[in-house]
Amino acid sequence: MRLNNKNPAMRRYLRRLAISMLLYMAFLFIALRYVDAVTGPLAYLLGALPGIAVLGVFWAIGRLLIEEADEYLRMLLVRQTLVATAFSLSIATVWGFLENVKLVPHVDAFYIAILWFVGLGVGSLVNWLTIGDSGDCK
Amino acid sequence: MNNRLKVLRAERDWSQQDLAERLAVSRQSVNAIETGKYDPSLPLAFRIAELFDLAIEAIFTSPSKG
Repeated sequence: MRLNNKNPAMRRYLRRLAISMLLYMAFLFIALRYVDAVTGPLAYLLGALPGIAVLGVFWAIGRLLIEEADEYLRMLLVRQTLVATAFSLSIATVWGFLENVKLVPHVDAFYIAILWFVGLGVGSLVNWLTIGDSGDCK
Repeated sequence: MNNRLKVLRAERDWSQQDLAERLAVSRQSVNAIETGKYDPSLPLAFRIAELFDLAIEAIFTSPSKG
């Protein structure tokens, strides 16, 4: 990631990203430690906590798209997220059909989010290859 | 889109960073516009034109004439 600390939108994004990742680690620890000790709605809540923290990352990227005042950097970010979406959905869709006919093993759905984050890197590479500028968000 | 931004900037002895700060955009934006990799929005094109005290068409070449 090109850390442009003069860019206030990027500074806010990095702060939100760091908070989300810290919450993710804390929530994952809590969920794994206590989910077997509870039942009912509380078990669902505990089990969902790490995922909810990951939603914070999606939210942070969404806010960056809204708050980035530089139209060129915003365009790079839009392209990057579109590539990430295409990348993750394409793999998830094909994998799902292969899984349906039992040609590949089952993969937990949260890996789609991981694929999307990998896709941000692919999007950055696509930007670099096509425009010569990778953008700010990785 | 072809443009005279680099020439106009050089005439004033401004770096890309100088121009970026005057336009309140990133240096990458100035570079992308100068090299024709990115066409600015109409509001940004007006900001550029007003900064150089020129008409937009005196800076940017229409693609149909370019």
